[in-house]
Amino acid sequence: MKNAAEQQRRVIRSARAADRAMTVALCAAGITALGLLIALTAHILYQGFSGFYPDLLSAGSNGILDQLFNTIYLVFLSLLVSVPIGIGAGIYLAEYAKPGRMLSLIRISIESLSSLPSIVVGLFGYLVFILMTGMKWNLMAGALSVSILSLPLITTETENALRGLPPGYKEGSLALGATHWTTIVRVMVPAAFPQILTGIIMAAGRGFGEAAALLYTAGQSTRINWSQWNLASPACPLNPFRPGETLALHIWVMRTEGSLNPNATEIAAFSSAVLVLLALVFSLVTRSIASSYARRRNGE
Amino acid sequence: MSETVKIHVRDLDFWYGSFQALKKISLDIPANEITALIGPSGCGKSTFLNTLNRMNDFVRGARVEGTAELDGADLLHGMDPMILRKRAGMVFQQPSPFPMSIYDNVAYGPRINGIHDRAALDEIVEHSLDQVGLLSEVKDRLKKDARGLSGGQQQRLCIARTIAVEPEVLLMDEPTSALDPIATARIEELILELGRSYTIVIVTHNMQQASRISSRTAFFYLGELIEFSPTEKLFATPAQKKTEEYITGHFS
Repeated sequence: MKNAAEQQRRVIRSARAADRAMTVALCAAGITALGLLIALTAHILYQGFSGFYPDLLSAGSNGILDQLFNTIYLVFLSLLVSVPIGIGAGIYLAEYAKPGRMLSLIRISIESLSSLPSIVVGLFGYLVFILMTGMKWNLMAGALSVSILSLPLITTETENALRGLPPGYKEGSLALGATHWTTIVRVMVPAAFPQILTGIIMAAGRGFGEAAALLYTAGQSTRINWSQWNLASPACPLNPFRPGETLALHIWVMRTEGSLNPNATEIAAFSSAVLVLLALVFSLVTRSIASSYARRRNGE
Repeated sequence: MSETVKIHVRDLDFWYGSFQALKKISLDIPANEITALIGPSGCGKSTFLNTLNRMNDFVRGARVEGTAELDGADLLHGMDPMILRKRAGMVFQQPSPFPMSIYDNVAYGPRINGIHDRAALDEIVEHSLDQVGLLSEVKDRLKKDARGLSGGQQQRLCIARTIAVEPEVLLMDEPTSALDPIATARIEELILELGRSYTIVIVTHNMQQASRISSRTAFFYLGELIEFSPTEKLFATPAQKKTEEYITGHFS
């Protein structure tokens, strides 16, 4: 009897020690990850803004206004392609695809698509969107290449979001005499929307940060005439078929060939900082739009 | 017996793949009465209920044979399942209001039926909520998220959502098994009340519940309908040995 009690005490003691040790280890891991992130962001922002001079924000050869605009425009164009297709594919996989060989084939394709090195996608884009169409480097080609990379993110998030919903949503709607499609559009997608939005934000992040896939598609140069608003003109800001170097690519260019520019280091550092801020602002704005939408929907 | 038959079922067989879940079920469900379906888990009572508004259509490998008629019209083959489901609404075990406001939950059915007029919708929502006794509790927060309601309120909301499309039949699949005793009593009261104007078929694992609210009870066992009698008779003097064993708790 006494032995048993002693034994139990020992078990509890060792379990408690392990519990404490793991708590410390996991906290340390969390703090390390967060610390690295904060240090890195702080470094980028400090480096970027410490060498700031107003010219950096201009559209001149030292400024990055054009690249900033190109980045936003390119992400917009790529979302225009990848959001409808990605959400559509996600709905198909979650709601329509019959389990079987076809479905696993599609799954494997999507998985390999998401692990494709972006330089491969870039060269594929160069082959298909530039060489085969006979066009010059252009934003649309870049946007399509980025879409290839971001499509799996949106598709997977949409599928998982729909599959994760309580089955009662779907049953309840169908039992009221709604069609499958009405159920998807009116109940399921709105309910899954916050998680689908996560996929969209991740896809946009991919676009903001992408360089290799744009090297030979969107091009490494840009020439915008801010007073030219004729869409057909190659200098018009909104013409999607003009070359459009983005911020991420600009950083790379400034650190390689562009280093002939005496201000290359400052330009690259400032571009990095602006890029970080851009991604951050995008994420915050989308989330706040989503939450105000949810509040309106739920009438809070 | 001269009452009207609402749902007429003859020789209904049902398979999930190669498993036969219902065997030659025949029964007549009377109009504007409450019919309870009882039996041990897996006896086919829920499958039977789901067949009546064809929710089983969505189950892969499901197959049904035999006859089932709603007011004399073939509901298994002839009737559009969308129309059938509007006429025979369903309330599920787990109350699951849609993730939207209380108002939008109730207005969902009417809206998908093409009613968009604000005043008409207001009226339907108010009337439906009133019928389930929820109106006084929620009238100040119709625009609030329905998931903020208690479990019992959520289930009453789901019933309101179902009667908002003006069905003739209410199919209830263990509607109180996820609720506490007080909420259960509340729902039972409501079911009794609704039983005057709707034909109600309720699956329950709770025999006391069946005897409290239903006028007729069907006992299912291993996919077969063992006995279908007036509730009082079934519980007091069951005709079948199996029924007696079940209601006296001799097998589970």
